[in-house]
Amino acid sequence: MNDKKIPGKKPSLDMITIKRLLSYFRNYRLSMVFVFICIILSTAASVASSLFIKTLIDDYITPLVGVQNPDFSSLIAAIFGMAMLYLTGILSSLFYNRTMAKVSQNILKDIRSSMFRHMQRLPIKYFDTHSHGDVMSYYTNDADALRQMLSQSIPQVIQSILSITFVFVSMLIQSVWLTVFVLIFTFFMMKLLGKITGKSGHYFMEAQRSIAGMNGYIEEMINGQKVVKVFNHEEKAKKAFDIKNTDLCDNATSANKLANTLMPLMNGLGYFLYVIIAIAGGYLALSGFPNLTLFGMGTLTLGTIASFLQLSRSFCQPIGNVSNQINSVIMAVAGAKRIFEFIDEPIEENNGKVTLVNMTMKNGVIEETDERTEQWAWKIPHEDGTFEYRELQGGVRLENVDFSYVEGKRVLHDVSFYAEPGQKVALVGATGAGKTTITNLINHFYDIENGVITYDGINIRDINKDDLRRSMGVVLQDVNLFTGTVMENLRYGRPDATYEECIAAAELADADSFIRMLPEGYNTVLNGDGSGLSQGQRQLISIARAAVADPPVMILDEATSSIDTRTEAIVQRGMDALMYGRTVFVIAHRLSTVQNSDVIMVLDHGKIIERGSHDKLIEQKGTYYRLYTGAFELD
Amino acid sequence: MIKRLAKSIREYKLPSFLSALFVSLEVVMEVLIPFEMADMLDHGINAGNMDFVLQSGIKLVIYACLVILFGNLAGKAASTAACGFGKNLRHDMYYNIQNFSFSNIDKFSTSSLITRMTTDVQNVQQAYLMLVRTAFRSPIMMVFSTVFAFRIYPKLALVFVACLPVLMGGLYLIMTKTHPIFKRVFKTYDRLNRTVQENLRGIRVVKSFIREDHESEKFDETSESIRRDFTHAERNIAWNAPLMQGCSYTCMLLVSWLGVKAIIASGNNPDLGLTTGMLMSLITYSMQILMSVMMLSFIFVMITISRESAERICEVLGEESDLKNNSDPIFNVPDGSIRFDHVTFRYSEKADKNVLDDVCLEIKSGETIGILGGTGSSKSTLVQMIPRLYDATEGSVLVGGKNVREYDLKTLRDSVAMVLQKNVLFSGTVRENLLWGNENATQEEIEHACELAQAAPFINEMPEKYETYIEQGGANVSGGQKQRLCIARALLKKPKVLILDDSTSAVDTKTDALIRKAFAEEIPDTTKIIIAQRVSSVMEADKIIILDAGKIVAMGTHEELLETSEIYRETYESQMKGGLSDE
Repeated sequence: MNDKKIPGKKPSLDMITIKRLLSYFRNYRLSMVFVFICIILSTAASVASSLFIKTLIDDYITPLVGVQNPDFSSLIAAIFGMAMLYLTGILSSLFYNRTMAKVSQNILKDIRSSMFRHMQRLPIKYFDTHSHGDVMSYYTNDADALRQMLSQSIPQVIQSILSITFVFVSMLIQSVWLTVFVLIFTFFMMKLLGKITGKSGHYFMEAQRSIAGMNGYIEEMINGQKVVKVFNHEEKAKKAFDIKNTDLCDNATSANKLANTLMPLMNGLGYFLYVIIAIAGGYLALSGFPNLTLFGMGTLTLGTIASFLQLSRSFCQPIGNVSNQINSVIMAVAGAKRIFEFIDEPIEENNGKVTLVNMTMKNGVIEETDERTEQWAWKIPHEDGTFEYRELQGGVRLENVDFSYVEGKRVLHDVSFYAEPGQKVALVGATGAGKTTITNLINHFYDIENGVITYDGINIRDINKDDLRRSMGVVLQDVNLFTGTVMENLRYGRPDATYEECIAAAELADADSFIRMLPEGYNTVLNGDGSGLSQGQRQLISIARAAVADPPVMILDEATSSIDTRTEAIVQRGMDALMYGRTVFVIAHRLSTVQNSDVIMVLDHGKIIERGSHDKLIEQKGTYYRLYTGAFELD
Repeated sequence: MIKRLAKSIREYKLPSFLSALFVSLEVVMEVLIPFEMADMLDHGINAGNMDFVLQSGIKLVIYACLVILFGNLAGKAASTAACGFGKNLRHDMYYNIQNFSFSNIDKFSTSSLITRMTTDVQNVQQAYLMLVRTAFRSPIMMVFSTVFAFRIYPKLALVFVACLPVLMGGLYLIMTKTHPIFKRVFKTYDRLNRTVQENLRGIRVVKSFIREDHESEKFDETSESIRRDFTHAERNIAWNAPLMQGCSYTCMLLVSWLGVKAIIASGNNPDLGLTTGMLMSLITYSMQILMSVMMLSFIFVMITISRESAERICEVLGEESDLKNNSDPIFNVPDGSIRFDHVTFRYSEKADKNVLDDVCLEIKSGETIGILGGTGSSKSTLVQMIPRLYDATEGSVLVGGKNVREYDLKTLRDSVAMVLQKNVLFSGTVRENLLWGNENATQEEIEHACELAQAAPFINEMPEKYETYIEQGGANVSGGQKQRLCIARALLKKPKVLILDDSTSAVDTKTDALIRKAFAEEIPDTTKIIIAQRVSSVMEADKIIILDAGKIVAMGTHEELLETSEIYRETYESQMKGGLSDE
């Protein structure tokens, strides 16, 4: 893009982003060459249209006026030639518009897909520290601005610049003197335009800011609407709303006002130019002043002035078009910048070399196999290129682990514990004690600061993250289901699970009975936000989902918190069955859920303050005992 | 629909009207200009009469100034009108939403209300801007240009009048072919956004189950379908420009052919017939006419796109709250006694399932009531009838001896404080959030409430104590802390009835006990209703109610229920497994 010709563009256009954006056209070089040629042809046809008037007047009308029985055959030929040129123009315009539609949509899809693929690779930390609304707006607002720019602004700007160039050359061909007038005029026009677009750009940004503020307010208040009602807060909410609403309206009006006056201004200025050329041309023609053209000297004919006048009009229009696009281009580039920054976010590292493979045991020796044997082994590569296999058992060990989310604010201090394969380990403690953090570390969602975590004796840093997570199932307090059928959700962790396996898992979690009562049973489509299901039912599905995945290690983070205790008692059997033979980490408020654990860790402010079996801890009469007997303190 | 939307124009009727007026004047000028230009060419330049050129030039400059002036005024009026209209629409929607009852809110769902107030209003506002500017401009331009063209040379004017139907037909065809695709594409867009949203929320699940690639494929599918549809739609629209060019070039060629012949026949004499100047104005008029048709077609596209938005807005504007304030309300709630008299409740008239079924209940002022019940037993619904968040379908709810419908709604809700199960804090300081309960509360009152709710200890640990900023949705406090803040906020109301709807589920058991102890000691006269999952939370209540499927199945003290209610005993035992409880 030739940005020197576009006024007011300098302040906020970011060339690095533009270059990067253009790099997406790489794969469409051929198409773009084609588009470019077509734009040239179509612009040429429209400029030729203005020149044709000169030909008509000078070559046909003037010589033929007053001639008896004029011969129109050459006129027919000229019109036919013109018709051919027009046809070329029309076809070119059709082709480039259609090609451009294809190219821009393909590029947008490329960008969208790379955004999403990249997002899937980002570390959990990114999601914990960025607002979902912001990320969402990359996909909606920013991508939309980009679409506008790719499919509308870019072709328009190219076409306008080409058309300005063509017209300029045509003007020079006709008369250099008149062109000078046009140039001087254009200079002043540009100055004026630059001022207006600069100012409107400012208001435009203000308006964008107000819109964001307004949308944020609406989102927050509508989400809390029930609380607003309960607290009789309606009048205050209205007042705060009105202030934001008026602010938005004022800014948007100012921005629109300037943008809306641009077109009439360009129109009017175009007429000014027309008058100036007419007067100057008239004087030049009448005074017989020699006309300098690109091809030498000549006389200024009526046809020249007429077509020059027509040309001058096609000179102002594209300038107006370009200035009209400036704001949307700036906005799109800003959006593209945000999108690229998002794509550039560092992804979750996954350098672990240890992988998980299916195995069979032959004569006490582990052999790797491609079949699904329900038996797994860690494949540990050695530096000399050989492998060692170690059976997956599910033993997890934390040794002197320190961790902080934010540097300097340590959340876990010197935490050590181990879970032998098949053991059930419970983590108990007040909110914020660091229970969930521990599960985040075992999953390798976060890297630890000091210490080491091992899995079957292997440092989890050495294990491929996908394989590590494949060997663990999680059931979280906040259940996230995905739009799709119940069956699809159950299969989420193991897409090749059979129908029967899924039903068995649902029965295990006591979810089968209510699923069967849904309108379409297992084929009922669930909404991602889980509307239509109670929180408890969602938890049951999530338990069943983990059961289908059938991993050797399970993490249950408040997995039954929303299930009423009576139902929980029923689910408990299923849970026990689910936990049997697995290493399980349980986090729960309800101590009844954790009582039968092999070992209970009591966490307080990131430290393990007590550990032992239920009976042992009760005997100790420490924190656990006080927690456990808390209900009776008031008696 | 239009009537309802038009109601929101109000004070912006004048700017809308002015915009139309100025646009019309601007158009008149723009139509006069080519006419004057023809004169200038024919009588001035062609005739070698520079005086005439100057004279005409001055006229043209004046016209041009008027174009700028009127255009300016029109643009300003139009943006004032459109932005103002948008403002009023948002205002009206928001005000109406404030009157919504809980069931009105449930009906719409919050996310849809948000879209309606943001994206939909933007769409309608944009369409309105186009409407006040172009809807007048184009037809007036078309009519005037045609009239002037006919005045100049009717025979040639007929040429482009003949072109019009071709252009219109073509545009109509493109539009009708494209509109359904656009409609489909917007639906697909919703699906795309939903996938992104689900993944943002459920990223832990996705990563834990290693389904990143699966989700990416799912996304790609949707993304591809958008690409296909959009390409299709834009390729249809790509016919627009060539169609327009085809028509204008055809006009141009026909006018050239017929025009040259006519000029030669007249000897280029304005008195005898067509001249070069006239020919050029005719060409200008033909462009103006065709352009107006093009612009009109854009408006139609805009309007069809925004039509669905407009419908969604109207639904919100037209929604009437199903809870009406009493016309002669009582402004004083005497005490915290509550009575349910054969209350039955259904979410809608048509629903055949009773959510609450013939509930009778008597609560004395100052009593503590515990409510237990399984998931879906309608505990929340029952208590939400007390501050009249829902109205009983049959029977009546009485507070302080009077039917809740007789009270002024504000008075009632000030006296009945409720901590909702799904509670929210708002962005602002801790203090600002607490002041929701009572905007005139003193620092002592605030601190006292926080002590009762056991929120004071952690607030005092915060860096700026009561001035600590709470992020939107309370993102920077833990679940238990949030619940305690919400309880303190409700306590500040100094209510006669305090309802906790499973409000301490994330609070550890010891703190939970402390909160209840504080209630018993510090606010003995307040009626306290506690919904809980844990038996221990309600064990010492004066009365425990067991709800099952919308019916009260048992009622009594802990000891009584252990004797009489099997559900209670089961629940109790399940929680007390191993001798003691969940505590």
